[in-house]
Amino acid sequence: MTLDSTPGTDVVLSVRDLSVVYDGADPVRAVRGVSFDLARGEVLGIAGESGCGKSTLAYAVTRLLKPPGRVASGQVLFRPADGPPVDLSTLHGEALRRFRWNRVAMVFQGAMNALNPVLSVRRQLADVFTAHRPELRRAEREDRCRELLDLVGIGPERLSSYPHELSGGMRQRVLIAMAMALRPDVVVMDEPTTALDVVVQRDILTEIDRLRARFGFAVVFITHDLSLLLEISDRLAVMYGGRIVEYGRAADLHTAAHHPYTVGLLRSFPRLRGERTVLHGIPGSPPDLSRPPAGCAFTARCPYAFDDCHHTDPALLTAHTTGPTTRAACLHYDPAVRPDGPPEALHAGRFDPDPGPAPSTGGAGR
Amino acid sequence: MGYLRRKALFYLVAVWAAVTLNFLIPRLIKGNPVDAVLAKTQNMTPMSPEARRALELQFGVSDDPLWQQYLGYLGNLLRGEFGLSVAYYPTPVSKVLSQSLPWTVVMVGIATVLSVLLGIALGTLAGWRRGTWLDALVPTTTFLAAIPYFWLALVLLWLLGGVLGWFPLNSGYSYETTIGFNWPFLRSAVHHGILPAASIVVASVAGWLLGMRNMMVSTMAEDYVLTAEAKGLRPRRIMIQYAARNAVLPSVAGFAITLGFVVSGSIATEIVFSYPGVGMNLVAAVANADYPLLQGIFLVISLAVLGANFVVDLLYALIDPRTRQAG
Repeated sequence: MTLDSTPGTDVVLSVRDLSVVYDGADPVRAVRGVSFDLARGEVLGIAGESGCGKSTLAYAVTRLLKPPGRVASGQVLFRPADGPPVDLSTLHGEALRRFRWNRVAMVFQGAMNALNPVLSVRRQLADVFTAHRPELRRAEREDRCRELLDLVGIGPERLSSYPHELSGGMRQRVLIAMAMALRPDVVVMDEPTTALDVVVQRDILTEIDRLRARFGFAVVFITHDLSLLLEISDRLAVMYGGRIVEYGRAADLHTAAHHPYTVGLLRSFPRLRGERTVLHGIPGSPPDLSRPPAGCAFTARCPYAFDDCHHTDPALLTAHTTGPTTRAACLHYDPAVRPDGPPEALHAGRFDPDPGPAPSTGGAGR
Repeated sequence: MGYLRRKALFYLVAVWAAVTLNFLIPRLIKGNPVDAVLAKTQNMTPMSPEARRALELQFGVSDDPLWQQYLGYLGNLLRGEFGLSVAYYPTPVSKVLSQSLPWTVVMVGIATVLSVLLGIALGTLAGWRRGTWLDALVPTTTFLAAIPYFWLALVLLWLLGGVLGWFPLNSGYSYETTIGFNWPFLRSAVHHGILPAASIVVASVAGWLLGMRNMMVSTMAEDYVLTAEAKGLRPRRIMIQYAARNAVLPSVAGFAITLGFVVSGSIATEIVFSYPGVGMNLVAAVANADYPLLQGIFLVISLAVLGANFVVDLLYALIDPRTRQAG
């Protein structure tokens, strides 16, 4: 089950069949057999609700997983433009330390506490250079730090500020500037805009886009906000219960979602244009990953579930309904199980297979 | 600089309040020292007014208006006069204190600072390397802290002083030496101080270690530590500048409180080791209803607590920029 991107594209990071387990009395299988390729310079969005394993996936990819979490199987391959591929699991100690930030940088939710409250912005930025570019002299480091802040539109006088003296948006900018310090190939962003108000969120996204156009790094953007991802991503992976359940070009997902879960997510936020529709959530709660269900993890909440769903875990297959670009992990799209294709309602993007006469479902025809 | 001035002003007011309370409290107590002495000597025969008057004068009982007494008290304080001690009659209280205070401050002070530094250093390591053999430090030191202190001190004294004879059994220095800045005296003072100081460290290091370790563990779960790791910083720098520097803040606050009580001495320590410090004075003063000495000791303790807090406030501002702005 590999997810090669279009042949010929320049892949910078490939993840193959990655599984993460949190050890304990009831081991939690937080990530189960995830594969994807990240092309150089593209934005890959990873969406899913809390506990679906998206952050764990990010930590596993960047080797930041802490015990009791551990990578149970699979591999993460980094392909630099100028050398042989590196299997990240083989990096240790000093080699791992040097790899970090040079190649893959991270941006955490900085409005909260991704910045050390007791160190000034200057020292937190300069730390990157002292750790990775020890040959730089003090004055050169200072210059680099100024350039970094300038990059995200913050004046150099802020170098002496402490995190608590900055607004949430500024802190997030500082973190983004920090990620740019060594011109990495990949930037992993874990909920970078979640704690910000929508106006600031917009500024930050514009900033990221501008920097990406300038430096050409690839982005793995993780958030629960699917509407945001649809807008900024090139490709999108929707996670549920530790697996990728749908994967494809963001534009395709927007027009035609395949997996019932994605369909459910899409109708849980309002559209700015088009018909007024009634908003719905997805009833139920995510599965307990210490006891993953035998079949598809979404079965319990899925209105389209049928017998096979309870014992067959569907593979991520190309959904032939719209073309070769989208893949969905749903038995309805498995020609071996459903030769006739998915039910009409699902194909039409409705979460309820047969909406009743109740007025609350009046938007079914969207 | 505004922070410093604000703090200094606050502590000046606090000192004034402490001094004033120290003046008021004994005067709010019913009765006077003369009655107390008479009751204590169980002198049933009525006393002549002249003899009573003589005692009153001697103890400084006065019928002057309160404000006059207060001014006189402040004047005496400025001149360093606390009156005469009853327990060590007729030595002035200031002399009693000037003889005992250095012993306590140096010995208990060094022991406390050592205990804190050791506890914080070990706690940092134990938190950083959670899950290694360093975890054993917590139950080991907690066990030592759980032993009643006087018993632990007695066992140390018996074992290291009595059975092995490595350390002297009592006093703060050898009486064959003359107190002063000379080598034999200093050597004997250090030799005498090691055992009591060690007992304090052994008994108190667990609290610091445990507190620091637990703060380390919760600080290490913070995003900024994760960011530091993702940044590829050297582990030492992450441990000290990112984790420990944030984790140490509660310990610094606790240190402020402890430092103030250094002056009152570790009463149990000084009794077990017959150490000539303030703690011994305090016990003697209570036993002899020595109000002037008690008042003197309480004043010194209050000033020391305030002084220590002031120093720690400055230290806190140094390591936590957030306090510089607020407060």
